Amino acid sequence: MARRYDGNVTTFSPEGRLHQVEYAVEAINKAGTAVGLLATDGVVMAGEKQKVTKLLEPPKSSEKIYKLDDHAAAVVAGLTADANILINEARVAAQRYKYQYGEPIPVEQLVEKVCNHKQLYTQYGGQRPFGVKFLFAGYDAHFGYQLYLSDPSGNYSGWKATCLGQNANSGQSILKSDYEATMDTEACVKLALKVCNKTMESLSAESIDLFCLKRKDDGTMVHTIYPQETVAKMLEEVKAEQEAADAEKEAKAVPMSS
Amino acid sequence: RRAAPRRRATGRPARPVRGAVHSAEMECTLGIIGDGYTLIAADRNAARSIVCFKKDEDKVAVLDSSKLMGSSGSQADTVCFTEYVQKNMALYEITNGLKLSTPAAASFIRNELARALRKGPYQTNLLLGGYDGADGASLYYLDYMASSNKVNYGCHGYCSNFVLSIMDREWTPGMTEAQGLDLLKKCIDEIQVRFLAHMPLFSVKIVDKDGVRVLEQPK
Repeated sequence: MARRYDGNVTTFSPEGRLHQVEYAVEAINKAGTAVGLLATDGVVMAGEKQKVTKLLEPPKSSEKIYKLDDHAAAVVAGLTADANILINEARVAAQRYKYQYGEPIPVEQLVEKVCNHKQLYTQYGGQRPFGVKFLFAGYDAHFGYQLYLSDPSGNYSGWKATCLGQNANSGQSILKSDYEATMDTEACVKLALKVCNKTMESLSAESIDLFCLKRKDDGTMVHTIYPQETVAKMLEEVKAEQEAADAEKEAKAVPMSS
Repeated sequence: RRAAPRRRATGRPARPVRGAVHSAEMECTLGIIGDGYTLIAADRNAARSIVCFKKDEDKVAVLDSSKLMGSSGSQADTVCFTEYVQKNMALYEITNGLKLSTPAAASFIRNELARALRKGPYQTNLLLGGYDGADGASLYYLDYMASSNKVNYGCHGYCSNFVLSIMDREWTPGMTEAQGLDLLKKCIDEIQVRFLAHMPLFSVKIVDKDGVRVLEQPK
């Protein structure tokens, strides 16, 4: 049934769906995991990197985490090439705002500009939508730390903690049970690693980018991509805790009577 | 968007750059920062050359509930540009659910003046006064050449030759509203004694944490 109405982005199906947009969302569901959490003193994000092989030259800057402006950053899930276009849009929009108003762009306005650009490709021109989902992290004087998720349809929503990409559902359920709004960045980093441990096939320090956005007391923003040694150490702790928790659960399980 | 003015064959902008601005000199706008408030006052004459059209023109515009703008210059630009700024700020507020801060508004206004500068400049001098919760009262002196400066007190027009001397001597930081109005009265009195043009009436407005109020001209 869907076949007849899914060839064109600009065609609704009789059920009122835009199949091309939905297929774009599906493309991302197969992509590497990304997770974001709002902490009391910052925003934490992590993204699964492309499989590392011996011959692959490591990228000079992160392929998952992008700085949009001093006060905002994004994690990408989906087609990197598509993401680059939108990242550029976001950066130009941020600077254009600063040129006009002399202040950093409020985070939601930046997200909305990117999303409005995405929406164009679901309505005009017959070109396919962008196959990218973003997690935007930012800080502004109006609403403090913020985390937004946007998808190919051009919709966006604000989150306290969310997960996207492969196995996002299991990641989301961990967040639901373990996340608390009172957590600081240290706790959130641990939880992010815990989520990645569950959703990724093989989590190691080389296979993720771990990021934190924080504001210092004097107002300067700090973007940190944790170095691999630090991540490796934190990962050891998280894995140890996870194994301990799993062992406890097994021990508590009622043995079958024979 | 403003329509581009017709270009002359010589390539000069169609609108005159000089001449008309000098009408701004015969008007007077003043601004003063005090303890948690900004005062903006302006004369009430609408005049050109030797003729005064009316003596009850209000040249202090309310941009939004926390900003005032006194403007002087040729009326087309003072009225039109002020309204343009006002509506853009309203649009920003409705679109984004946030109010522009005074420094951001000054940046926006200066940007617009600068953009028009090499096409057909807005022939208007401005004093932007506002109050923002965290940063308190602020006053910006902008002129038709798209300059913008944050100041404690300011004055546009020939009257500034008299008024600034008084403000230089009498202004202190943290003046109460009564003291601010007192300083304003001293300035207006001097204008009425020494300035060539007859300026009996001034509109006076104040902005503080409670918003914008219209005040009576200090007697």
